[in-house]
Amino acid sequence: MNIPENLRYTSDHEWILLEGDIATVGITDHAQEELTDVVFVELPDEGRSCDAADPVAVVESVKAASDIYCPIAGEIVSGNVDLEADPSLVNTSPYESGWIFKVKVNDVADVEALMDAAAYQDLIG
Amino acid sequence: MPHSVRFVSNEIQETPLADLHVKLGAKMIPFAGWNMPVQYTSIINEHTAVREKVGIFDISHMGQFFLEGEGAEQWLNTLLSNDVAKLGVGEGQYTMMLNENGGVIDDLIIYREAEGRIFLVVNASMIDQDYAWLEKHLAEGLILSNESNAWAGMAVQGPEASAAFKTLFPERELPPRNGMEKWTQDNESLIVCRTGYTGEDGFEFFSPAESGSKWFQSFVDKGAEPCGLGARDSLRLEVCYPLNGSDLSPSRTPLEAGLGFFCALEKGDFIGRDSLLKQKEEGLKERLVALKYTGKGAPPRAHYEVFSKEGERLSELTSGVLSPSLREGIALAYLPLSHAKLGTLVDIDVRGRKFEAEVVKKPFYKKA
Repeated sequence: MNIPENLRYTSDHEWILLEGDIATVGITDHAQEELTDVVFVELPDEGRSCDAADPVAVVESVKAASDIYCPIAGEIVSGNVDLEADPSLVNTSPYESGWIFKVKVNDVADVEALMDAAAYQDLIG
Repeated sequence: MPHSVRFVSNEIQETPLADLHVKLGAKMIPFAGWNMPVQYTSIINEHTAVREKVGIFDISHMGQFFLEGEGAEQWLNTLLSNDVAKLGVGEGQYTMMLNENGGVIDDLIIYREAEGRIFLVVNASMIDQDYAWLEKHLAEGLILSNESNAWAGMAVQGPEASAAFKTLFPERELPPRNGMEKWTQDNESLIVCRTGYTGEDGFEFFSPAESGSKWFQSFVDKGAEPCGLGARDSLRLEVCYPLNGSDLSPSRTPLEAGLGFFCALEKGDFIGRDSLLKQKEEGLKERLVALKYTGKGAPPRAHYEVFSKEGERLSELTSGVLSPSLREGIALAYLPLSHAKLGTLVDIDVRGRKFEAEVVKKPFYKKA
């Protein structure tokens, strides 16, 4: 299972990459494996402000729709429009081309408080 | 043969293949009271395997009844919508059990195994209800037995299904389409029916429960891809086969569901016939139509609401999926006749966003 060291994680199986005050968010390798066959991603509206744990995006497999939560409070900067053409990027490249949205965070300390790779590894066992 | 006793229980039931599914890597989910594989690798892979090669599904959760006695055919003809009299020995037909209002209790396939002996395969969630309904009306001298727990069932489906059968049973021929054959081999009763729920060639195979895993594994060894309920649902929806409990219900008639072909109104009396005749005379108010997205969109799913282009709520979807073969959103819904014509545009509401869909001809998918 691929769990990059440089990312932060949530118990909802999202990863967060912080660069300055911009956090890029996607779902983990473990999550994409559980979902399999991502066929549609509903992206959040740009400029929308959100609190931590707000559902902002939806990742859908053939069988089910799963909410994706905003891991930290902030404002949505952009969504990954490449996923509109090829939602399976979430499966094939969960940590890179398959990122889902970027959020300008209110407080970078919120990101640092999230799980690190070791803690996430413990969570999924 | 004594009537088998069935204990009603709230506990989730396991098919005889449960251990094998886990060994084959299945994700298991509860379905109709049974713990069933939803997928092994991926729904799209499994779906494609059936469309292009061959896949195998556990259908042991479905019910198997046997009806025996002189006049079994005539009696059954008063309880089912299709015409049993048309069945030669070894032939099967799709039919429905209706209530007095013409609503669908269950859809099933019956096979005439021999004169005076009928094999019935019913939906998993309806085993107890169907059995009780038949038993309640049972004619003197006929014996109905519920052998659902005694049989394992598997559906082997896809263009290479018959080749898989041939390698496993080089001495035998598959029966023709909709046909059934039963034989004994190494002291085991085996049944093969040339039927399925995918729109592909294939067969349904029944063995004693205890040898089910052995047979399932044998078909897998011959190249059949293990497939779960996810692919079963997307495959059947592409060819517009209805799912009882979703597309069919006790408050909808086969005429509304577009299944008039399987109602032999001219054959004589059967339960529900008067209601169907009346409905036919008065005209339908709603019909189950096939809807296809006109563009890209979030996958349609059962219970999403359907609106007219003017914004009036019309109904909700009874089934929906992003078709793996067509890569388009496809769905079924009962719509008022005013919106049921081919080419009519409607909107499907997905979490507050509207995606346009068009009423199209059934089925969505046809073999090239």
